[in-house]
Amino acid sequence: MTVLSPMDQTPAVITRALTRRFDHLIAVDRVDLRIDRGAFHGLLGSNGAGKTTLIRMLTTLLPPSSGDAQVAGFDVVGEPREVRRRLGYVPQMLSADSGLTGRENLMLSAQLYAIPHERREQEVAEGLEFMGLTASADVLVRTYSGGMIRRLEIAQAMLHHPAVLLLDEPTVGLDPRAKHVVWDRLRELRSHFGTSILMTTHDMEEAGALCQVISIMHNGQIAASGSPEALRSGLGREATLDDVFVRYTGGSIEEGGTYRDAARARAAVRRLE
Amino acid sequence: MTQLAPAPPSAASNSENVLVAFAREVFAVANAEFRKLRRDPTEVLTRSVQPILWLLVFGQVFTRLRAIPTGSLSYLDFMAPGVLAQSVLFTAIFYGIAVIWERDLGIIQKMLVSPAFRSALVLGKAASAGFRGLSQTVIIYVVTLVLGVKVRFEALPFLGVLLAVLLGSAVFSTFSLAIACIVKTRERFMGIGQVLTMPLFFASNAIYPLEAMPGWLQVLARGNPLTYLVDALRSLMVVGGHSALGLGRDFLVELGTLILLVIVAARLYPSLTR
Repeated sequence: MTVLSPMDQTPAVITRALTRRFDHLIAVDRVDLRIDRGAFHGLLGSNGAGKTTLIRMLTTLLPPSSGDAQVAGFDVVGEPREVRRRLGYVPQMLSADSGLTGRENLMLSAQLYAIPHERREQEVAEGLEFMGLTASADVLVRTYSGGMIRRLEIAQAMLHHPAVLLLDEPTVGLDPRAKHVVWDRLRELRSHFGTSILMTTHDMEEAGALCQVISIMHNGQIAASGSPEALRSGLGREATLDDVFVRYTGGSIEEGGTYRDAARARAAVRRLE
Repeated sequence: MTQLAPAPPSAASNSENVLVAFAREVFAVANAEFRKLRRDPTEVLTRSVQPILWLLVFGQVFTRLRAIPTGSLSYLDFMAPGVLAQSVLFTAIFYGIAVIWERDLGIIQKMLVSPAFRSALVLGKAASAGFRGLSQTVIIYVVTLVLGVKVRFEALPFLGVLLAVLLGSAVFSTFSLAIACIVKTRERFMGIGQVLTMPLFFASNAIYPLEAMPGWLQVLARGNPLTYLVDALRSLMVVGGHSALGLGRDFLVELGTLILLVIVAARLYPSLTR
């Protein structure tokens, strides 16, 4: 993955006092975040904590109100195209095109991500194979299960072997089995390609199972950051990640969130059913 | 499962010519849209009902009335290109709805996070609107032939018709996309869509000639891209038809409008995700 970055030791993601306001609401409030190369970093928070807004600034889709952010060494405002070249993104909503087959979805990504013509078919076939979708490659995505769509989307996001993969609640609405398959694929991607991953979630089990570093977001700020073990041991021997979350946010992860967040989560779940 | 080769550098885009990259991206989006359209052609068929009614009912009645001065052409011959243009407009103008739909599904966000040029993403959509326009053209040609319209069948004028339809579809679908980026919801778009299409249609030369309009309407019609599309089609599609505004100017106006709209829509496109 060194080819794509200006300097080897640049962090995968670094933000300094990154802030985003919507009218009077400060969705993301002076966030300093550093994600090392190759790390699997979890961003935890209840609905409305600012996770998705933060991710969207990193994808270059949403300009920051102040502060700055770099992805793979490139500034999200100054060099958005360079950032997008090195970024894989799996949005919260299931967003594979249901009118196309799995293979066609991947071909579209391959073309948009400038994978050379002679390598496209092979890369697409490998992506399908890696995500266990070869058998359903030429079937319309509208017949896929939620877990299959998620895996297809991760394949789409990984096709160009990005330096940084952003996942916005990748397993929301999936049944436990589908969820574990996605987890396995993500672990393998990381160990195989050294991809740095930033994942938002409000699933404690997920964060504990996958992430080496967890940042807890609350009211637009990073309330705590560290390895799951360090966060837990800071609260005592028997502490769980749930306890950690309550300690830093003053509430359960199930609470809070705006109407829009809830509506979105519901829409995602509806599509999965 | 994991026989994947070590990560190859995917920085091919660095060495690729910008124009080649742009064309590749336009093709990628258009190709995906084309595949979807081919799988579900019902929309093309339902969209052809309206123009058929215009030709069959409105056209027949007004041909008998001889109420509209159309020179040497019969009224049906005169209006056939107008109905084709109308069909292009009505099909393309609701493109924004599809884009808002895709935005609600997250498809647009994903495209915008790719390194593709925004203008290429916009133009890809516009090209796919062109396919729809072309399929409408086929249907309208068949209907007009059945109704006895004197359709031209020389190769060059026919290619001209296809080109004009492609351009016109691209113009109105891109216009629609820009509107979608501003209004952002389906409900508002439906309202705006209705408000826009009728004035565009009636303030054009589609069903009556420019000279028959009052002065103020002529001014509006001359600022309306639909007028230039109709004008081009009228000279290219029917025997004895001629361009009132000049064929070259017709195409230049369409092309210029398209370029302008693509620039505007490409700037607005990211705001659709907010």
